[in-house]
Amino acid sequence: MDGDHLVIGEHKLSSRLIIGTGGAANLAVVERALVASGTELTTVAMRKADADGGSGVLELLRRLGIRLLPNTAGCRTAAEAVLTARLAREALETDLIKLEVHADDRTLLPDPFETLEAAEQLTADGFTVLAYTNDDPVLALRLEEAGCAAVMPLGAPIGTGLGIRNPHNIELIVSRAGVPVILDAGIGTASDATLAMELGCDAVLLSTAVTRAADPERMASAMRAAVTAGRLAASAGRIPQRFWAHASSPPR
Amino acid sequence: MEIQVNGQRREFPDGTTVEGVLEALGTAARGVAVAVDGVVVRRGEWPEAVVRKGASVDILTAVQGG
Repeated sequence: MDGDHLVIGEHKLSSRLIIGTGGAANLAVVERALVASGTELTTVAMRKADADGGSGVLELLRRLGIRLLPNTAGCRTAAEAVLTARLAREALETDLIKLEVHADDRTLLPDPFETLEAAEQLTADGFTVLAYTNDDPVLALRLEEAGCAAVMPLGAPIGTGLGIRNPHNIELIVSRAGVPVILDAGIGTASDATLAMELGCDAVLLSTAVTRAADPERMASAMRAAVTAGRLAASAGRIPQRFWAHASSPPR
Repeated sequence: MEIQVNGQRREFPDGTTVEGVLEALGTAARGVAVAVDGVVVRRGEWPEAVVRKGASVDILTAVQGG
């Protein structure tokens, strides 16, 4: 859809698919998948630098002209997330931050209290905050009130591929949000991404559904088409669901 | 003097700056950020920022991640 842009704070994107680079076997796989996905915004994590200065992912993303979305993955407290965000801004020269504060390693579910606390501090410090959150409509509103530029409810826990476990909650979040809603985490296959868009989400963020697929490049193409299909369907006005059949051919 | 760099103890001459630590380690300056004792040291301050004995220096960069 020409002229249909995703706007996050001051950032304008033509693609509504945000890809995470985690989980891929190597950078060549990442490159082919990113190109196939058509993404314009891609997540990276912040980790201690080796003597050689990193993994090469930065050079790859710069070469492909893809904007960076650093995350705070691995942080357990608001204080850790705020420091990681500030380091990311300094290292990567971007005000964008994917805020994620995980409660524990087993579920990797977002800690709502630490996330909200960090969101307040980061927005006050001038960051464009995209907040990873539970599929909780109340918390999504609170994060928006805290100044987040986008809220990113999960479909299911990170890496599970379980799809969207509570579609009604996602619809509730979308119905009241004044900022973009990005479905983040839980996507397993293309139909999950389409459903997210049909529910009214503004974009989809996924990583391992592509990077750990048997053929990441092919799955990236599928996700690109799925997001476009869902976006089109959401604005096309679907037919009402009926209990009984309704003939589409004229009566004899 | 001894300082902690990314959690490992290392020896540096007294008066070493943040820039000096990065140079000694051979860390690429582009795409990295530095915190000393949990506070970010801006890039422009690296040449003057002297690291005190026993300080904890963290050098971070971007890696593949969701």
